[in-house]
Amino acid sequence: MEHSTPSAELAVSAHGLVKTFGDVRAVDGIDLEVRRGQVFGVLGPNGAGKTTMLQMLATLLPMSDGRAEIFGVDVRTHPHVIRQLIGVTGQYASVDENLTARENLWLFGRLLGISSRQARATAEELLGRFGLEDAGDRKIAQFSGGMRRRLDLAASLISRPPLIFLDEPTTGLDPRTRGQMWDTIRDLVAGGCTVLLTTQYLDEADQLADRIAVIDRGRKVAEGTSDELKSQVGASTLQLRLLDPGQSERARDVVRRVTGEEPVLTPESGGINVALPDANRAADVLIGLREHDLLITSATVQKPTLDEVFMTLTGHATDELETEAAR
Amino acid sequence: MSATTEHRHPGDPGAGTVTARTADGAATLATRPTVSDTVSQTLALAWRALKKMQRNFEQMFDVTIQPILFTAMFAGIFGGAISGSVEEYLPLIITGLIGQTVLTACVATGVQIREDMDKGVFDRFKSLPIARIAPLAGPMLADMLRYLIASLLTFATGIALGYRPGGGVLGVLGAIALAVLTGWSMAWIFAWFGTVGRSAQGVQGISLMILFPLTFLSNAFVQPATMPGWLEAFAKVNPVSLVITAIRDLANDGAVTANVAWALLGCAVVVAVFAPLAVRSYGRRM
Ligand SMILES: Nc1ncnc2c1ncn2[C@@H]1O[C@H](COP(=O)(O)OP(=O)(O)OP(=O)(O)O)[C@@H](O)[C@H]1O
Ligand SMILES: [Mg+2]
Repeated sequence: MEHSTPSAELAVSAHGLVKTFGDVRAVDGIDLEVRRGQVFGVLGPNGAGKTTMLQMLATLLPMSDGRAEIFGVDVRTHPHVIRQLIGVTGQYASVDENLTARENLWLFGRLLGISSRQARATAEELLGRFGLEDAGDRKIAQFSGGMRRRLDLAASLISRPPLIFLDEPTTGLDPRTRGQMWDTIRDLVAGGCTVLLTTQYLDEADQLADRIAVIDRGRKVAEGTSDELKSQVGASTLQLRLLDPGQSERARDVVRRVTGEEPVLTPESGGINVALPDANRAADVLIGLREHDLLITSATVQKPTLDEVFMTLTGHATDELETEAAR
Repeated sequence: MSATTEHRHPGDPGAGTVTARTADGAATLATRPTVSDTVSQTLALAWRALKKMQRNFEQMFDVTIQPILFTAMFAGIFGGAISGSVEEYLPLIITGLIGQTVLTACVATGVQIREDMDKGVFDRFKSLPIARIAPLAGPMLADMLRYLIASLLTFATGIALGYRPGGGVLGVLGAIALAVLTGWSMAWIFAWFGTVGRSAQGVQGISLMILFPLTFLSNAFVQPATMPGWLEAFAKVNPVSLVITAIRDLANDGAVTANVAWALLGCAVVVAVFAPLAVRSYGRRM
């Protein structure tokens, strides 16, 4: 599964990253390779160590062990250089509550060594790009969560850094704002940026990331493209819906005999799911049902969702994860 | 780091550049901020601190309403009892209050630094390629305005009450300059508390606990000669007394005395000791 890329093409290359807080090994030996121009997703439940890992790479936390390079520059020995190469949007908004949106962007521009006039122009451009021009002179204290997130991302883009860290960029956003954030991230990549993002949402990783690392309890449990991860679970799923729910038991026997797998009756009446080692076996099942005069209303063959992958890889259900996230 | 080249400038042993292999080819980047970067970043962050003052005016009470109130109250309450009349007490109390007010204002500097470090925007400062000292130096610089306002208002209130400083305009200006400089120097002590303290309240508590005996057991409000022997001894060696005496020499006599030199030296020592401590413990969090 590890595929090696010539190091000259890597935006991030980390080996054996470890962070301990007392007895807690928040990050416990993670290797990471992110190619330039990629969106790399780090997927994991609460407390998995996503933020901690990102903060080590972003020079915000010292590493307990391991080494990391960003565009070939050592993170540990050249923090000031790394900070010129990255934009960081943390899990919690990091803008100044006492200033307006415009003032925030101007200040960060000045701190990045941009002239006052240029910083004002950049602020204006970013406010426009993130749909905040009308709110530019309002205090951040009056901003909604989504506006703060957008301003926070805007602030990370002032210096047009080639690598952007996004820690849970859409947590707490409504579906529409979330979609906008996804579009923004896609635009960034189209503009040549490399993005390393963390998320608890499986569909987000699926939608955005070219490559996904699943981490749990400080360790990487899997890595690959979304499709590769899904195929690790091995099977496709055949989902059937019977015309007459009363025939469920008979239908189950037929499906079991044809596939050799144990079908599951789904809660909605007349629904049967069965895992298929090979999607082509679906035809055999359908023929078997027809021979026994069992009529169906629908049949779908699906690849497993990332939820199922996560369950298989970490041993805990994503429901646990999502209810925790909702809290 | 095979393809990374690094070369150092002969005159500046710390400075150098590193080449990063970004998508646009190779970017040559400085390994640390230059002095002029540091200055402009400090100024930008001082601007931020000034905006903050302007928007949270209640944070300015200790250097605006409080000195006016205290000056009027202390002069009225103690004037008759201590010096026989309010007019005679004014040269003593006004200069004493300047010392006391400026020192109290320094405590707020430390508390604010602590509060800043707990805020989200501090994470942004940490992730930016800025001098690590700038977010500390910026507010320290901006707070000099607070000490200036406090000194000016105390003098103005005193003059309204009938105080006629013997040192004339120059003497008063000298006294104000010394007060502001003292404020800035002493603020390094509280800034250090701010960087090591666990919470803003804790920093405030500790700072005031140290400050109260220092200001009251000094010559700020009464002549030490009127105190019991052991208190008198403490009040005489108290560094706060030293500064207040220097301010009196300037404002009331227009004289640049040895006391002024001692006060300046004292400030220099405080800065030499506490600035590195503050910078170091701040740097550890940055
Ligand atoms: N400063 C700290 N001191 C002690 N323990 C910490 C500290 N920061 C993080 N941890 C612990 O490290 C582990 C990983 O935390 P981290 O914040 O990296 O998780 P995460 O994957 O970002 O979670 P979330 O999805 O909730 O943001 C947790 O067990 C957490 O309690
Ligand atoms: Mg996190």
